[in-house]
Order: sequence, then structure tokens, then C-alpha cells
Amino acid sequence: MTRAITARGRVGSWALNLVAVVGLVYLFVPIVWIVVFSFNRPNGRYNIVWQRFTLDNWLDPFADADLTDAFQRSLKIAAISTAVAVVLGSMIALALSRYRFRGLAGYNLFLVLPLTTPEVVLGSSLATLFIDWDVTRGFTTVVIAHIMFQVSFVALTVRARVRGFDWTLEQAAQDLGASPLVTFRRVTFPLILPGVLAAALLSFALSIDDFIITLFNAGSETTFPLYINGSFRVQFPPQANVLATVVLLVSVALMLFGVLRSIRRKATAR
Amino acid sequence: MSEPDPTPWAEDTLTRRAQRGSEWFGLATLLGAGALILAIGMRLVTGALAAVAVVVLVGFVVALIVAAVAGGLEARRRLAPYGLLKPGTLFLVLFYLAPLFSLLRSSLSTLPSRFAVEAEFDWNFGNYGDAFSDFGAQFGRGFLYAGIATVLCVLIGYPLAYVIAFRSGRWRNLLLGLVVVPFFTSYLIRTIAWSSLLADAGPIAGSVRWLHLTGLLEAAQVMDNGRLINTPAAVIGGLTYNFLPFMILPIYVSLEKVSPALVDAAQDLYSSGFRAFRKVVLPLSIPGVFAGTLLTFIPAAGDFVNAEYLGNPNTTMIGNSIQDQFLVQNNVPLASAMSFVLMVIITVAVLIYTTFLGTEELT
Repeated sequence: MTRAITARGRVGSWALNLVAVVGLVYLFVPIVWIVVFSFNRPNGRYNIVWQRFTLDNWLDPFADADLTDAFQRSLKIAAISTAVAVVLGSMIALALSRYRFRGLAGYNLFLVLPLTTPEVVLGSSLATLFIDWDVTRGFTTVVIAHIMFQVSFVALTVRARVRGFDWTLEQAAQDLGASPLVTFRRVTFPLILPGVLAAALLSFALSIDDFIITLFNAGSETTFPLYINGSFRVQFPPQANVLATVVLLVSVALMLFGVLRSIRRKATAR
Repeated sequence: MSEPDPTPWAEDTLTRRAQRGSEWFGLATLLGAGALILAIGMRLVTGALAAVAVVVLVGFVVALIVAAVAGGLEARRRLAPYGLLKPGTLFLVLFYLAPLFSLLRSSLSTLPSRFAVEAEFDWNFGNYGDAFSDFGAQFGRGFLYAGIATVLCVLIGYPLAYVIAFRSGRWRNLLLGLVVVPFFTSYLIRTIAWSSLLADAGPIAGSVRWLHLTGLLEAAQVMDNGRLINTPAAVIGGLTYNFLPFMILPIYVSLEKVSPALVDAAQDLYSSGFRAFRKVVLPLSIPGVFAGTLLTFIPAAGDFVNAEYLGNPNTTMIGNSIQDQFLVQNNVPLASAMSFVLMVIITVAVLIYTTFLGTEELT
């Protein structure tokens, strides 16, 4: 778009940039609020009015025992569910992008459905299933619920990343005498790995953050978002901001690491 | 999928028939195992019958593996996709499809007494009547707020995606990263952040008063009795905020595919900048807008977090009612009926959408 712009076009161009900047600010105002208020020393139980700057919350992020407990549980749930969902979802993605087979179109629709169902329906329907089965809702049912929404997500993310890959490389490896196992380990796996890692990072974040589906299937178990929601009537400790900021920083660091690595790859490939 | 048929010149019809046979075999074991696990999940088979079903299910899996091992390379290639699909598919059938049946059955059940916990299935269609008569307003508000939020997301998200795709130069990856960052911050805490930003003593309400904009914003129905928080506008603003990235990313993906050369070509043919946009770029980005619309509208229509933290008792959406009836009032049958209606309405809308556009764009 390197073209001389007329005066009228210039006004439009400015307006466009303005909307974009306003949009970005809109996206970031609450995030800045979360980070800033992690340095607040609240007056009372609610950390929602700015009092004065302190590092205490960061020096003692685990001051609230229940919050810490809930946060640890969220990490555990996210780790287990992501591990399972990444395996199941990547296998589906591989089947969908690597092979042509009967029923492909119908399968695509089936895979998209869980993502196009409102969370409140996913959560409540799964809860009625567990009620039907006389299963007490708790840790395990939350893990199952998270895997359920992560599988489709992983499958679609990985498929989008591996679309257009040159699968004849696999055949080349086998022609050169590699066994199927070696072919997978040396050719297929490295090819799909970046997509799998990106999907894992995103679905881990989805799991830690999930509130609606978890609420229906947690029973008396609390996770990080459930604890914050449940205790909001009595308190909102600054440690919640600290832990949310930590999740944010770690995710962004991992994302940057991935981007830098792929840039370096491209640079060395040239 | 771009892979050509491995043996297009297969002169031997017998091999062809064998290939097709193994394909049908793979599909049959997948569908058979899926049907069985669905029946078990739906509790259509129980007790000893369920045990038999599990045995047959395992049989299907073993048969697929045996056929792949025994059938040689070609059979393995044909059977591989079904084997890869199977674990994930069975999981989704058991924990996505079967629950929808449980939900339907629960919505047709009756609570024996007000304080009973366990509902009994008795074809009670009355729950659906109650859902519409008692919660019609919540249904209406849910779809209305979600609809307005979706339109706002297009109005903000399209220009933003456009700027990232065409004008950001070497900042493109940074800007894209910024759009993804909200995904990594707690949804609930971000909404709580809005509630304190919009609160009467908060910075935004304060600057509105300082600028003497209260009258104007009240006329625009953004403020209510001098308040920003606990208004319909706050709920819609929260929904717009929370689902904006879901609009930006698909639009960006579709814009990214538009070659700048096409725009140059249009301008070489004396098309004005805006006309080039309207005739060339916009039509090519429509699939992204449609995908973004779905990814925004669907979660927004079922959301209850924004209405709970930013709204008032008169701005509750259908999600609030489902959550309240299910988890607080313990009226699971009524909550199930509302949930099922919400799902049916949205699924029908999605099916109409995807028949026109295909599912490929939803990633």
C-alpha cells in the first residue's frame, strides 16, 4: 500500500489509525489495571481502590492460603488436562491434515461443534451426565470437562499450523529405509512440534482461566477463578492480581520464546 | 489433504477393492465404537449389557489394530486416519454428545418435591413452558446484548485487524501478540477490573463528571442516573471487551491472505482507495468477519459473568438464569430446558451459517 494518498484519503487514514489505537487501549486498560493493582496496599479486604504503592504483595504472593491452594489446584488441573488433550487433539489433527478419508466433511462439523456451543450449555449438560451417572463432581470431573473443550481446540489449532506441509517427506524417509517409528520421531514429530507447542500453551491458559464450565462441574472443589468468584462477596486480595500477573508474564515469555526461535530458524535456514 | 492418490494408476481392480474395503472397515469400527460408547454414556445399556458393550467396543479397537498390522503397508495407510481419530473421537462422543442427551432427558424430568434433589424422568414438557414464560425476558436480553456486542466488535475489530494486516510494517508481530495477550489474563479478574474502573468512585466515572459529560451520556443511554456501572451499557461493553480478540484474529487471518498487489491493481485502474477497499479487500475478508461473528456471538449469548459483575438485577441474561436455576435454586430440570433451548437456537443458527461458508474458516 505505497501509494500517494489524497487529502480526503489522509483524513480517512488518520481515522482508521485512531480507531485501531483506541481498540488497543480498550483491550489493555483492564490488564494494566490488574498489573498496577498488584502493587497496591489496599485499605481493608477489597483491592479495588488505589491507596499506596507497596512491594509486599509480590514479596508474599502466597499470603492467602485458600487462594494459593486454589491456584495450585488450577495448575494441576491444567497440566493433566492439557497433556491428555494435546495427545488426543494432535492425533485428530494429523488424521485430518495428513490423510483423505471417508466422512471427512462430517467429521469437521463434529469437531467444530464443541467450540460453537455456549460454555453454559457445555457445563450444564456435562453436569447432568454426571448427575445421571451418580458421579460426585470434583477434581476428576473438572479435568474431564477441560479435556473435552481442549481436544477440539488443539485439533483445530494444530491442523491450521500444519496445513500445506510437504507430507511426501514421510514417504522419502520410508523409501530410505526408516521404520514407521523412526519416521514419526525424526520427520513427522519435528514438523508438527511448533504447532503442538502453541496449542498446548493456549489450551493450558484456557484451562487455568476457565470459569463457566468449571463452575458446573466442580462440586465443592475450588479452582483459581472459582475461588475469586466465591470470595468476592467478602474479599478481593491483591495476591489475586499478583498470581494473574505471574500467569500473564510466564505466558508472554513462552510466546516470545517461541516467536524468537522461529525467527532464528528462518534466519539460519536462509 | 493435498496429497495425491498414492496409486492412481492401480491397474489391478482387486487391489482397489481391497483398499476400499479397508476404508469401509476403518469407518465401520469408528462409527461402531462411537455408537457403543454413546449408548453406554446415555445409559441406554446398563448392567450386564453395558459390560458386553464394553467388550465389543474393545473388540472394535483390537480389530482395527490387528487389521492394520496384518494388512500390510497399503491397508495401514488406509486405516491410519481412523486409528488416529478414534481416542479423541470416543472421548468427545462420551463427554460432549452423550451429555447433550442427558441434558435433554433432564429437561423433561420433574422434581418430586420442592426440596428434592433427584429429578424423575416423566416426559414433563412443562419445563419448556416455564422456560419461555418465566425467562423470556432473559432470553431476549441475552441475544440482544450479544448481538449489540458482536456489532461493536466488528466496528472496533475490523479497523484494528486492517491496520495490523496492512499498515503495521515490522510492528505486525508485536501488535498481533498484543491482541493475544488478553487470552493469558484471567477473564474473571479482567471483568472485575472493569467493574472497579467503571465504579462510581472509579477513574472513568470521575473523568466523565469532570468533563461534564454526564448529561450527554445519559441521553445516549450509556449512563443511568449518573452511573456507569450496573447499566445495560456496562454489560454490553464488558461483553464487547471480552470477546473482541475472537473477532480480530479471524478477520486478520482473512485480511492477511489478501495480496496487496490486488489493491495496487485496482488503483492502477483508477479506483479510489476506498473503492478499492470496498470492491477488493472487503469481499475477500468477509469469511473472517463471519467466523469472528460466530466466535463472538456464541460465547456472548451464553455468558453470565459480565451481567453478574457489571449489570443489575434487570440486566440478567439467559446464562445468569441457567446458572442460578441449576446451581443455586437446584431446579436442574428447568435449567436444563433453558440450556437446551439456548443450544438449539444457536446450533440452528450455526448450521445455517456454516452451510453457506464451510467450517474451514472457523479455525
